[in-house]
Amino acid sequence: MARYRTLVAGALLAALALPFVLRATGHDFQIVFAARIMIYAIAAASLNLAIGYGGMISFGHAAFFGGGAYMVGILAAEGVHSAWLAWPAAVAVAALAALMVGALSLATRGVYFIMITLAFAQMFYYVFVSLEAYGGDDGMSLAQRSGLGFGLDPSDDITWYYVVLVLMVAVLYLLHRLIHSRFGRVIVAIRENESRAEAIGFPVYRYKLACFVISGAIAGLAGALVANHANYVSPSLLHWMQSGTLMIMVILGGVGRFWGAPIGAFVMLALEETLSGSGVLGAYSVHWQLPVGIIMLAIVMYAPRGIAGAFRGRNA
Amino acid sequence: MLEVSKVSKRFGGVVATDDVTLSVAKGEVHALIGPNGAGKTTLIAQIAGSLPSDSGRIVFDGADVTDATQHERVRFGFARSYQVTSVFKRFTVLDNLALAAQARSGSSFSFWRPVAAERALIDEARAYAEEIGLARKEHFVAATLAHGEQRALEVGIAIATRPKFVLLDEPMAGMGPEDSQRMIELIERIRARVTVLLVEHDMDAVFRLADRISVLVNGRVIASGMPAEVRANEEVKRAYLGDEVPA
Amino acid sequence: MSGVLIAEQSLNGLQFGLMLFLLAAGLTLVFGIMDMINLAHGSLYMIGAYLMAALVQATGSFWLALPLALAATAAIGVVLEVSIVRALYARDHLTQVLATFAIILIANEVVRLIWGPQPILLAPPEALAGPVELVPGFQYASYRLVILGIGAGVALLLYVLVARTRVGMLVRAGASNREMAVAMGVNIRLLFTAVFGLGAALCALAGALLGPVLAVQVGMGENILIIAFVVIVIGGIGSIRGAFVGAVLVGVVDTLGRALLPALFGTFLSPQYASSAGPAASSVLIYVLMAAVLFFRPQGLFPARG
Repeated sequence: MARYRTLVAGALLAALALPFVLRATGHDFQIVFAARIMIYAIAAASLNLAIGYGGMISFGHAAFFGGGAYMVGILAAEGVHSAWLAWPAAVAVAALAALMVGALSLATRGVYFIMITLAFAQMFYYVFVSLEAYGGDDGMSLAQRSGLGFGLDPSDDITWYYVVLVLMVAVLYLLHRLIHSRFGRVIVAIRENESRAEAIGFPVYRYKLACFVISGAIAGLAGALVANHANYVSPSLLHWMQSGTLMIMVILGGVGRFWGAPIGAFVMLALEETLSGSGVLGAYSVHWQLPVGIIMLAIVMYAPRGIAGAFRGRNA
Repeated sequence: MLEVSKVSKRFGGVVATDDVTLSVAKGEVHALIGPNGAGKTTLIAQIAGSLPSDSGRIVFDGADVTDATQHERVRFGFARSYQVTSVFKRFTVLDNLALAAQARSGSSFSFWRPVAAERALIDEARAYAEEIGLARKEHFVAATLAHGEQRALEVGIAIATRPKFVLLDEPMAGMGPEDSQRMIELIERIRARVTVLLVEHDMDAVFRLADRISVLVNGRVIASGMPAEVRANEEVKRAYLGDEVPA
Repeated sequence: MSGVLIAEQSLNGLQFGLMLFLLAAGLTLVFGIMDMINLAHGSLYMIGAYLMAALVQATGSFWLALPLALAATAAIGVVLEVSIVRALYARDHLTQVLATFAIILIANEVVRLIWGPQPILLAPPEALAGPVELVPGFQYASYRLVILGIGAGVALLLYVLVARTRVGMLVRAGASNREMAVAMGVNIRLLFTAVFGLGAALCALAGALLGPVLAVQVGMGENILIIAFVVIVIGGIGSIRGAFVGAVLVGVVDTLGRALLPALFGTFLSPQYASSAGPAASSVLIYVLMAAVLFFRPQGLFPARG
C-alpha cells in the first residue's frame, strides 16, 4: 500500500515537472500532446465508470463528449467565452443528454442496451451536424480558448497544461472517492449480481441511471476541454466511432481498473502518434489505423484485462 | 405477518400455483414443504416479488405488497435467501454483509465518504459474520468459501437487512449433516427476532424447527397446521409416496 | 406537395427499406441465435459494394459480377466467422463489441489500401440507366424498380426459407432458445457458420445494389449499420418478420421524412430556422420512432425470444 502511494505521488510530481523538462530538452510540442492525453484520460475515465464499474456497455459516450464540446463551441459563437460559464454548461448539457439516453436505455439490457445507446448517440450527431449555423459538416473554430480569469492566459501551452492537469487530478480523485463510497459499492455490487442487489433493497435502475449521468457529465467536461484544446469543434467528436476509440482506451488500460483510463489514453494516443507521425510506417503512415486495429483485436482476444489488469492486486 | 390469499400463476397451459392461501403468524417458524414440481419455486417468487401473480393478494405486516417491487418489499421488512447461492462472489464476507446492512441503514446515494470509514456499519457486519459462524473468515472472498459456508453467507445477507420476516429457500440445499446442523442452529438463533418461512426438503430440519407446516402439492395447499397433525394427514402421506415423512 | 413527389419518395422509401431488410435480416439472426453483437456487419456491406465495383470492371457485366460478388463476400464472411467470430460467441458483449469494432478499423484500412480513400464509381447496368413511366406523368428510375423487385423477391425467399423449411425451423429454434436447440442435437457450429455466411451474402447484395444509388466509399458501412440497429430494435431481436416490418417502416419514414419535413417546417417557421430545423428533425425522426417503440414495447414489435 505504501508502495502504491509512493508510485502515485511520484507520478504526480513527474506530471508537475513535465512541462519544464520538455521545454528544457527542446520538446515543446510534446507539452501540447501531454495535455491532449490528459483530456482523453478524463474522457476514458468517465467511460470506465460506466463500463468498468457500472457494467453498462455504453456505445454512446461520444454524444456526451462531443455534446460538451459543442456546447462550448456554440456559446463561443454566441459570444460567451468565460470558462466559468461555458464549462459548467457543457457538463450540464452532457449530464442532461446522459439522463435522457440512460432513462430510455437502462430499461433494457445486453445487446439491446448497447445498440440503443449507440443509436441515440448517433441521433445527437445528426442533430448537431445539421445545425448549419454552427458549422454543420465542417465543424467550427473557436476564436480563442475559454477565459479563465485570474490573469491566466489559456493560450499559453504551459498554462493550459496545468489547467488540464488540475482538472484531471480532480476528476480522478473524485472518482476514487466515488468508487469507495456507499454509492460506489452499490454500483459494483449491481455489476456483480444485479438481481441480489435488487433483492436486498437497492432500486437498481436508479443507481445505474445516476452512475450513467455522472459518467456522461464527466465526459462533457472532457469535451469542453477538447474543444478548447484544438480551438475547434469537429462533428467527428460526436460520431459513434469516437465512442469506439474511447472504449479502446478503456480496455487497453484495463476495464474496471482505476488507472486503466489514463494508462489506456496514454498508450492509445502514443501509439497513434508513433504510427501516424514518425517514420515507422513510412509511406503507409496514413494507414496507421490498420496496425492499431490489429493490436486492438489481439488485446481484446488474448489480453482482455488490459495493461492495468496485468498487475496483481485489488481493484483500486 | 404474512397473508397470502388466493394467489395464482399460470404459464401458458400449466397452472403452477392455484388459489394458494397461506398465513404465517408473527414470530413463528413456518415450514412450507411439498414434493418436487409442487409449485414451491413459483410461490416463493410470487411472495418475493420476482414474479408477478395472475391473481390474489399478498399482505405483509398489514401492508398490501402484491404489486410492490423487490426492493420495495425490503423496505417493509421482507428478506429472502436463495436456493441457488446468490452472493456477491468477488466481495469479501464482510463486504457482503456490510452491503446488505447498508441497504437498510441510511441512504446509499452518498458519494464522498468511504465505506471503510463507517465504523458502525463494519461493526454490524462483523456481528453478522459472527452470528453465521464466519467470524474467522470475514476477509475471505465469497467465491473461495466452501459450499456450506457460502450457504451460511447466503442466509447472512438476508438477515443483515434487518428484516422482520425472512423467506429461506432451501437453506440446506446440498449440505452434509454437519453443515445442516449448523444451519439449524443459525435458524434457532434468529427465530427470536425474525419470523421465518422455511421452504425445505430436509424433513429432519423441518420437524425440529417448525411451529407450523403447510404442504403444497400440485399448486395447492393440501394441509396446514401443527407438525403432528400434518404428519398424520392421510393426503400428505399419499402425496409423499416414496418420500420420507418421519414417523 | 405533388402527388408524384410523394409517390416517388414512397417508392424510394420502400426500396431503401428493402435494402435495409437485407442487412437487418443477417444482423438480427446473428443477434438472436448467437447472442452476439456484430459491428463488422457494415464492413461486409462495404466489402460487397467494393468487390462488386471491381468485378464489374473486370467482367464488364453487372449481372455477371453480382453473383460473383455475393459468393466472394460470403466466402470472406465464412473465413471471418471461422477464424475470429467463432471465438467470440462465448465471450462477453464488451469483448464482442470491441473485437468487431477492431475488424471495422482493419477492414476500412485494407479497403483504403487497395482502392484509395476516394469514393469509387459503380454504375447501374446500361439497360437500366434510364427512367420508366409507371403511370402517365410519373416516371421512376428503372434501376430502382429492379432493386425493389430483387429486394422483394429475396425477402419472400427468406420468408419461405425461415418459415417453411426444416433449416428455417432450426434457425427459428435457435433464435428463440439456443440451449434447447443445442440440446436437441442441432449442429450448432455449422448452423452458425451458415447463418453468418448467409448474412454476409445478403449484405453484399444490399451493397452491390445500392452502390450505384449511394456512394461506394470507406465508411459507408458504419452509417447504414446504425440504421440497421434501429430497424432491429424496432422489429425485435431474432425475428425476420420484425426485421422486415421494421426495415420497411424505417425506410419509408426516413425517406418521406427527409422529403417532406423541411417543406412542412417551412410553412410555419421562418426560413432560417426551417433550413436547420427541417433536416435536423428528419434525421432524428427514426430515432424518435425507435424511442417511441421502446417506450411501449421494450422488446420490439415481434420479439423472437420467448
